[in-house]
Amino acid sequence: MYNRIRKLPIFTHSHRILIGVFMLMAIVALAACGSDDPTAVPAQPTAVPASSSTDTSGPTTTTATTPSTAELHGGSPDIFLKGFEDAAADSSFRATSKFAAAAKPLAAGEKLKVGFIFVGSQKDLGYNQAAAEGSQYLEKAFPDIEVLRSENIPETADVQAVEEQMIRDGATIIFATSYGYSGPTKAIIEKHPDVMFLHMGDVESFENYSSFFGNIWQLEYAAGQLAGHTSKTGKLGFIAAFPIPQTLLNVNAFHLGAQSVNPDIKTTFVLTSSWCDPAKQATAVQAMVEAGVDVLTQHQDCTKTIVEAAERAGIYVSGYHQDASPAAPNAWLTGAAWNWGPVYSEIVAEIRQGTYKSSVMFQGLDAGWVKLSPFGSFLSDEVKQSILDTVEKLRSGNFQPFTGPITDQDGVIQIADGVVPTDAQLQGTGYLLQGITGRTN
Amino acid sequence: MTTPISLNQARGVAITLTDRPIVRSLMAVAFAFIVFGIFIAIIGRDPFEVYAKMFEGTLGSKVGLSEVGVRMIPFVLTALAASIPARVGLINVGGEGQLYIGAWAATGVALYVDFPTIWLMLPAMAFAGFLGGAVWAGFAIALRHFRNVNEVISTLLSNYVAILFVNVFVFGAWKNPTGFGYPYTANFEVESILPAIADTRLHFGLVLPVIGIIATYLFLSRTRWGANMRAVGGNPDAARRRGIPVLRYLIIAMLVGGGLAGLAGMSEVSGIQHHLRPGISNSLGFMGFLASWMANHNPVAIIGTCFLIAVIVVGGDVLQFSGNLPSAAMLILIGLVLFSILGFRRFERKTE
Repeated sequence: MYNRIRKLPIFTHSHRILIGVFMLMAIVALAACGSDDPTAVPAQPTAVPASSSTDTSGPTTTTATTPSTAELHGGSPDIFLKGFEDAAADSSFRATSKFAAAAKPLAAGEKLKVGFIFVGSQKDLGYNQAAAEGSQYLEKAFPDIEVLRSENIPETADVQAVEEQMIRDGATIIFATSYGYSGPTKAIIEKHPDVMFLHMGDVESFENYSSFFGNIWQLEYAAGQLAGHTSKTGKLGFIAAFPIPQTLLNVNAFHLGAQSVNPDIKTTFVLTSSWCDPAKQATAVQAMVEAGVDVLTQHQDCTKTIVEAAERAGIYVSGYHQDASPAAPNAWLTGAAWNWGPVYSEIVAEIRQGTYKSSVMFQGLDAGWVKLSPFGSFLSDEVKQSILDTVEKLRSGNFQPFTGPITDQDGVIQIADGVVPTDAQLQGTGYLLQGITGRTN
Repeated sequence: MTTPISLNQARGVAITLTDRPIVRSLMAVAFAFIVFGIFIAIIGRDPFEVYAKMFEGTLGSKVGLSEVGVRMIPFVLTALAASIPARVGLINVGGEGQLYIGAWAATGVALYVDFPTIWLMLPAMAFAGFLGGAVWAGFAIALRHFRNVNEVISTLLSNYVAILFVNVFVFGAWKNPTGFGYPYTANFEVESILPAIADTRLHFGLVLPVIGIIATYLFLSRTRWGANMRAVGGNPDAARRRGIPVLRYLIIAMLVGGGLAGLAGMSEVSGIQHHLRPGISNSLGFMGFLASWMANHNPVAIIGTCFLIAVIVVGGDVLQFSGNLPSAAMLILIGLVLFSILGFRRFERKTE
């Protein structure tokens, strides 16, 4: 044995080379050791992307005032233009802003760069399209804003690469629009204290990392009510991606809405483990149809496959994220959709004024963050009116469908009798209601 | 490594500049960029501006350069994973799967072994990653030996099995209990994280491809084992008659290749992701395979092809928002470069 080892060519011929390799390894390891010392690598100052040579008192500077919420949701971006021109070049308040870069006045001809990162295609007829359209609204609302967009960025550390590049290019506000961007984004916020990161759907915030999401469950409740009216088999289907709180809240709301008109209704909840996997979506629809489901809805990013598959299968479908009614004239009931444009514009306006406070914010119908998609043409006026009434009740804030008692799948009371849950409680939903088949993990 | 000489060289015909592989490759790359530039012009953008932005975002800034380095680490390792087996005539398409298993094994160590210092933790994770990738590649070579299954098929298909295997853990036992149902493991402790270099995303996993390239180059060109491997790859029967243990070389080449891909997985989870989640690779294994073929499996040329692919991938990120090009543009450019390099190489053979 020893002889065989001794005769190995590596020992007989190449010991010098091996020694060389080991020496190299040692040198590299030493270098690594040296640089591992935190004091040896001083933190690099972050470049301030917005022009720092700007004369703050110059006549060319502009700033924006924040229109009221009511003004914002009038639907026209023009109000921002007006606010822009009217604004006085008062820079005193900017000293208080923690993320000063975006609040700095711009030089003439200079643009404020706002980055948007999407997990899927901007034309997915769903979540990313809704967000992309919001970014277009923002661009129209502020003529001196340039929007940087990156699509199909996976929810891994890859998103950091895009964020770093956007910041290098001068972006001072970055909207990370997908849920899974939260972890990788939070890992780099300290490195860029000048940049404001806005995440959609996280449940925590930091000084320059804020989170917001719409209470779209309100419209899921209304859509569920319509599904309850429409279903003949009493079986609803919900195709989701991951069992995260906002998804569980949506399916609970949908089921609760349906239950309000049909107490015996059953909802089947399945997961595809992907925000957009048309093959899995089609399989899920097939399985649902075979199980007797006759109204489908979803929490996917791309919605087209499921909407079209429902049309083909001759069942009904309720939309999500975007109005996809043209894709399914005979199957489309209604849908819960986003209205991100005014939301983005409001946030950006506040950041520029230096009045924005980092927070975890949830807003719903009353603030106009979400909207109901058009009804299917075959629905009766009576049913349509009852749904609109529900939406109005939800908007007014006098009606909270999740008022206890709310019982989960295992019969545990999650919200006690008579208790009205807060937004934060709802957005932390970790259970499925009684009557829903499926699992939360 | 000795450069194989062409027939013309053997005949004593003077070789012109354009006969040199490096010149040919550069011509091929230039050709691909010109064709892509024409595409850009056709869709109504200024190709010079687009290229200027692309190079500014990759080579012209600290962020860009570090991002190119970040991508090159796994590219080089997975390219070596294809090139070392190629030396003995094996085609390893399984870099992607071996990377996932390596990442999985390294994550297992990070989550369940508790060494007090980074100097024990990282080597343990690297060892686990290497072992994981090697074992996964070992299945392919075992199938080839015992069941006569072509390793192209087995390595290719085992990629998908590896991804699903990892998902079983990420969606199941290893799922972060505080992750709100999202499929990823708990974040690594600081001892399990490859430190970043100078405030960038570049990390000390950089050491791995550097050692990998140097060791592979010296091993293949300066040792008898390396020469034997070339013999096995050239003609296994002749090698066997010369008394070379062919099977042993096949096994070692495949295991080392798989191990290097596994190391790529380790460096990704430890240096970049800091936890395991589905989709960590984003085709790193396949890109490495591509780089290896573009480099004709030459471990030194791999540096060049990996650099090129990394520049295109990082540049693709930049072009999306600054050049307003779709995300698929980057894949088109990589495809153009690949075909053009292969095309130029074929032309080269014809002239011999």
